Amino acid sequence: MNGRTFPEFDNASRTVHKPHPHDSAHKHVTGEAVYTDDIPEPRNLLHAYVRLSNTAHARITAMDVSACREVPGVAAVMTADDLPAKRDVGPVFPGDLVFAEDTINYWGQALFAVAAEDLDTAITAAKQATVEYDELEPVLSIDDALEKESFVLDTKRFDKGDTDSALAQAAHRLDGEFGIGGQDHFYLEGQIAMAVPQEDGDMLVYSSTQHPSEVQHLVAAVLGIPDHGVVIETRRMGGGFGGKETQPAHIAAVAAVLAQRTGRPVKLRLDRDDDMVMTGKRHDFKVRYDVGFDDTGRIQGVDFMLASRCGISADLSGAVNDRAMYHADNAYYLPNTRIVSHRCYTNTVSNTAFRGFGGPQGMMAIEYVMDEIARHLGLDAFEVRRRNLYGIDERNETPYDQIVEDNILPELFDDIEQSAEYAERRRRVDAFNAEGGVLRKGLAVTPVKFGISFTTTHLNQAGALVLVYTDGSVQLNHGGTEMGQGLYTKVAQIVAEEFGIDLERVRITATTTGKVPNTSATAASSGTDLNGMAAQNAARAIKGRLTKLVSETWNVDAEDVAFRDGQVYIGEDAICTFPELCQRAHLNRVQLSEAGFYATPKIHVDKATLKGRPFYYFAYGIACAEVLVDTLTGEYRVVRTDILHDCGKSLNPAIDLGQVEGGFVQGMGWLTTEELVWNDKGSLTTHAPSTYKIPAASDMPVDFRVRLLDSGYNREKAVRRSKAVGEPPLMLAMCVYHALKDAVNSIAPKGTRVRLDAPATPEKVLLAMEHARGLGRDARAPAGSLEEVDE
Amino acid sequence: MSDPIRFLLGTDERAIRDADPNMTVLQWLRTRAAQPGTKEGCAEGDCGACTVVVGEPAADGRMRYRAVNGCILFLPALHGKQLITVEHLRQPDGALHPAQQALVECHGSQCGFCTPGFVMSMFAMYHNEDRPSRQRIQDVLAGNLCRCTGYRPILDAAEHMYDLGNGDAFSAHEADTAQRLTALRGDATLHVTGSGRDYYAPRTTDALADLLAGLPDATILAGGTDVGLWVTKQHRKLDTLLYTGDVDEMKTVREDDDWIDIGAAVTHTDAMDLIGRHYPDFGELLRRFASVQIRNSGTLGGNIANASPIGDSMPVLIALNAELVLRQGSGRRTLPIDQFFLDYRKTAMAAGEFVERIRVPKPAAGWQLRCYKLSKRFDQDISAVCAALNLRLDGDTVQDVRIGFGGMAAIPARAVQTEAALRGQPWSEASVAAAGAALEAEFKPMSDMRASADYRMLTARNLLRKCHLETTNHPAPTRVLDHEEAQA
Repeated sequence: MNGRTFPEFDNASRTVHKPHPHDSAHKHVTGEAVYTDDIPEPRNLLHAYVRLSNTAHARITAMDVSACREVPGVAAVMTADDLPAKRDVGPVFPGDLVFAEDTINYWGQALFAVAAEDLDTAITAAKQATVEYDELEPVLSIDDALEKESFVLDTKRFDKGDTDSALAQAAHRLDGEFGIGGQDHFYLEGQIAMAVPQEDGDMLVYSSTQHPSEVQHLVAAVLGIPDHGVVIETRRMGGGFGGKETQPAHIAAVAAVLAQRTGRPVKLRLDRDDDMVMTGKRHDFKVRYDVGFDDTGRIQGVDFMLASRCGISADLSGAVNDRAMYHADNAYYLPNTRIVSHRCYTNTVSNTAFRGFGGPQGMMAIEYVMDEIARHLGLDAFEVRRRNLYGIDERNETPYDQIVEDNILPELFDDIEQSAEYAERRRRVDAFNAEGGVLRKGLAVTPVKFGISFTTTHLNQAGALVLVYTDGSVQLNHGGTEMGQGLYTKVAQIVAEEFGIDLERVRITATTTGKVPNTSATAASSGTDLNGMAAQNAARAIKGRLTKLVSETWNVDAEDVAFRDGQVYIGEDAICTFPELCQRAHLNRVQLSEAGFYATPKIHVDKATLKGRPFYYFAYGIACAEVLVDTLTGEYRVVRTDILHDCGKSLNPAIDLGQVEGGFVQGMGWLTTEELVWNDKGSLTTHAPSTYKIPAASDMPVDFRVRLLDSGYNREKAVRRSKAVGEPPLMLAMCVYHALKDAVNSIAPKGTRVRLDAPATPEKVLLAMEHARGLGRDARAPAGSLEEVDE
Repeated sequence: MSDPIRFLLGTDERAIRDADPNMTVLQWLRTRAAQPGTKEGCAEGDCGACTVVVGEPAADGRMRYRAVNGCILFLPALHGKQLITVEHLRQPDGALHPAQQALVECHGSQCGFCTPGFVMSMFAMYHNEDRPSRQRIQDVLAGNLCRCTGYRPILDAAEHMYDLGNGDAFSAHEADTAQRLTALRGDATLHVTGSGRDYYAPRTTDALADLLAGLPDATILAGGTDVGLWVTKQHRKLDTLLYTGDVDEMKTVREDDDWIDIGAAVTHTDAMDLIGRHYPDFGELLRRFASVQIRNSGTLGGNIANASPIGDSMPVLIALNAELVLRQGSGRRTLPIDQFFLDYRKTAMAAGEFVERIRVPKPAAGWQLRCYKLSKRFDQDISAVCAALNLRLDGDTVQDVRIGFGGMAAIPARAVQTEAALRGQPWSEASVAAAGAALEAEFKPMSDMRASADYRMLTARNLLRKCHLETTNHPAPTRVLDHEEAQA
């Protein structure tokens, strides 16, 4: 089915808004794309291995690594005591130690590292150490942490309106709680860094990271040298998804200190099990709600308690939980709201950024409540959701006071109702379920409204360096990193469009802190918005100088000068090629390079109350899923999914569609089969793909209909009126979870509610159905029962 | 003095001496052969990033290309074979192979790290199958995980590659390649030594039996889909390996009026067609057994001898009353498979004994077999519960029944008491309920990361009910995968 057609977003443009393939596609398919572990290894390279703790909480009474040093081939062994300078790689707050000091705080914490001639020797040597400790009582679960008031950061709250009165006066009121599981990033390329010592004690580190500047800063601090002595280079990652935002600094720091100690290059590549045990994941949440609503299902007031398991340190948990609070409204107007957010300290790995960054968990909270309201009133959940949507000119203020100015939710609801044939399929699903067979169906629609911008306002800035050479070829550098999302391609399209040259004339180079400094992480879906605009600003500055040159040389108005198809035009006349103009510019001593910069306008947040305008704009989407569930086993299939997603005026519809589909399937994994299991000692037992199940090819919906909103247009002046697309589609997958919940509820009597925690594994689905059968026992013959199916 | 491991790397002949027999093909490619295109994603054969294709001469003089996981394949197993990696696929004029070109055109790569593995799985499919169905493509790619795309464009590409030309440089030289490999392989036992470790690949069952008699501590290596992980995951060193994969006699499948007789070194891929023909439900279970890559390497004999309580073939073989032919020196004995498993990973095999053949009775009149596999994910997952019920009804009465379960005990287990509760009883709801009670008394399943004990017990009972529905003309569909709307 090649020849998929993409919506035409702009007839006039040559390069932007077109479905160009990923810039590395040819290299991906031939194996020529170089990932960090594929870089030709320097002479004398050492391989590092990190010994991890095998207890969740203990006081170290003795640690003797001398036997490791005796193993032939070992070049260095480093513990916390051997570190030359800073011992902590916490990105925002301290708390992430390079190596454990006197206590072990989670199962999988780094104790020490060995560098040896080969990996096998390093592993063998690391096993020789003796580590003795006294076990301490760990705090492992959210419930445990809440009971002990064990928090890693202060509790925060939003208050809007008078929630207590609204709840007291509402015609209907429900409360309850449910759980949302975490998620491992499962980037196919694990964490890796290779540190290569340079002259003057400097360090070059190849790191698989979304945040080179932070790795640079933290490595420099750990080495005890200025930032100028460290260069971080990242050509591409084999997936990131947030897992390579803060986590790579630790890996790079270990490689760098070993390289500094030995004076030799050192590579540290975590194998899959160590990666999954040692590095942070999506936060799991516990949600409690108390909601009041009227007879139509409209919410009058809601009181949320959101508690997340942050693990042993703050890492990015402050911002993650802030974003959960900011998204607990999702698409809905909540006139009276209280959101209390607890950030729990537990003796588990420190949870971190993951695509959506707390947003998905916040949105799950309100979507769950929407579903419960519908069940309670016996209404269709689709209608209840629609009735609660933000309005256009009224009912448009968020719990954090930002006005929703670009609301397209009603259109999306109307579209999906028609295009997914919602009403007809609702009837068919209900009729199928009424037959009472072993198999049941479920159907659900969920919307997405996702705020775009880092909620930490100062992070919304980016830089780019555009170098035009005298042959008219262009080298493009910016602070964003390529993890598969197509950022390099999209930014190159923007630059090529500015100069009116073929995309092939723009060379995209590896991201390096040596070219663009002080960058933000490629995160928060902001990569294109920020770096694309910085690169466009740089290109426009150069183009302005070139235009001035043409205008002066040919004595024409600047407005009459245009660059397209590799030519320079005055009016309709091509006067020279772009390379010829570049050559002329050089001879006229016109600067052909520029450092561009961009800072997002309009946004501001009060750090104490979290209120203000955290987001420049919102990205929207909607999805409908139908599932088929086995009432005897809990097994299920997603038989159809319809998606309509808003990418604004898409810069590259092929790449954006890939983000939408891929995000949806990743979100589906989070809510269905991806179950992180810790045992009662705090050890993660699902630390490899044999036990941790991300979606496989056959898990894709059987009938998968995905569209970009072809009328998409960003009402804010984001780059070429496009919209960010990295994170928002992940949350489209909430419809799968709610379709499963719908199928479970088909067994329960009308008006009753059945708790279903995420991820809705077959086991959870079956046990929820067992519960539903219990509810139904008095009302009617239990569905799928022996009596009924025997008919 | 070590024998050289001789194989074709792409089209170049290689002779490797003194390699550590515990070195994997992936490690060799990345660290010795300077071919880093093949990636490590998990080192346990579950993600497919390391997928390479191994070519072997087939009986018809052509080549047979199979996708395998390079991360758990030991290097000496390449002897006499052709290793094809993502670096070898460009056409002689530099053009992309159809599998590669289709992925580019369909936007099938994002981060690109899984892509070489997908390319190789698609390359093997391109050689083995002509325009397979979408569902078949999903089966073929079940052992390749992608975290970025959601798979749709990759599945599109797997269809589209058939539009991009017919054949490639490999198909053009098949006969020549087959001849070269036959010459490389030789016919003596291969003995590789390196890093103080030994690897033997005998060519006859007698030679295998003799070697094992003299090396009672040797690790028998079949497909390596479990043994490989001892090295890559547990960092164990296996000092003596005895490879069964070159014993031609143990790679045969025979059939007579009463038995399907399968050599212990027959891969799942080679066994499943015949088995599926006779037992469609067993075939469906094998379709969901691990992945193509694992089925291309792993053997039925290995699955049994490894005696994992969650291996998927054993419950069915127990229900079918299969027999094992065990060999020790020149002696052989036959053992019903349900007597083979003694305790967790302990079998009835004596030192120096090995599984030579598996004998599966052919379907007998009146018997019906139903197989069920429950896992978090349908494809490429390990069972929480695996059940096989082989039932002989006389009218409404259960004349005889054999039931095998995986995931319910420390061994693949026959449900003797459950069978007894059903035997001679009417095949009814009440009997199934009584059998469920017997099942509860018989098994004490454990809770682990795959499932809770409660879920295992509840579904085990429910599977009895499901089997009852399916064998009593229940009109409505009973399996989500069989339902028409769940068909791709």
